[in-house]
Amino acid sequence: MLTLYGQDLRSRLLLGTARYPSPAALEDAVRSSGTEIVTVSLRRETAGGRQGGAFFELIRALGVHVLPNTAGCHSVSEAVLTAKMAREVFGTNWLKLEVIGHHDTLQPDVFALVEAARILSDEGFEVFPYTTDDLVVAERLLEAGCKVLMPWCAPIGSAMGPQNIPALRAIRANFPDVPLIVDAGIGRPSHATTVMELGFDAVLLNTAVAGAARPALMASAFAAAIDAGRQAFEAGMLEPRDFAVPSTPVIGKAVFA
Amino acid sequence: MRLTVNGENHDLAVATLAELLAALDYEGDWLATAVNGELVHRADRSGHALSDRDRIEILSPMKGG
Repeated sequence: MLTLYGQDLRSRLLLGTARYPSPAALEDAVRSSGTEIVTVSLRRETAGGRQGGAFFELIRALGVHVLPNTAGCHSVSEAVLTAKMAREVFGTNWLKLEVIGHHDTLQPDVFALVEAARILSDEGFEVFPYTTDDLVVAERLLEAGCKVLMPWCAPIGSAMGPQNIPALRAIRANFPDVPLIVDAGIGRPSHATTVMELGFDAVLLNTAVAGAARPALMASAFAAAIDAGRQAFEAGMLEPRDFAVPSTPVIGKAVFA
Repeated sequence: MRLTVNGENHDLAVATLAELLAALDYEGDWLATAVNGELVHRADRSGHALSDRDRIEILSPMKGG
């Protein structure tokens, strides 16, 4: 069982709601993923527009928890105001905090991230920070009040999969009791299995599912891969060794020559 | 009075944020509003007086990752 800010969850998959070919495809993907948490965003509404309302209705009908993000924010003040506006709309203290520091890599500005996390935690937000795999930044985020961390494993939408396994291992080893979610960079179910085998608690996906030829099928493939990785972690895996070890017992073997 | 709403300039004769929303045909319980970089709660919109050159942001839910 996964617990995030006091909320018990059965699913270890968090799913983004962007880039699907249609609202129906999004709905199908959410259902077949078994996810209990979806990420959402806020944008300027046009005068007389009802687009936000239609999307909000679709999300409410899914009956899952909503994790609003601050995507596109590049400064502490922008992120803090967006967070407050998201809380007003979605009625939750949960927040996926993103403060982007670089246009091409969408790498988080970790200095601004820590500052915004402190301000928002003090104001009662339950912050899920989108961060890099830097161990010291992780520690600063926990000091700032975060009780969950969401390191990337590769740039957002890159589908590259885990690029720095030792760094991910180090975060896991140093914070054994903190829920850790790999957010961003996963392209295939095997990538998700890999990070779950490392002992990460959950995976946040969007493009890997939404951009698949059949998003709902990919969503269920990811759900199975995440479960497999988690079960393997709990079961305890062998460490690789340099020499063969016979699996069939050799004692009592016949001697023919 | 000159107001900037979601980055666009408007000349409007409105006194409060609630009147501005009505004048521009914004409705729905899913909107969030800010004036000059500060959140204005839904319940405070009718009491929030606007001034010339105020910058207003009106946001609504959208898909996100």
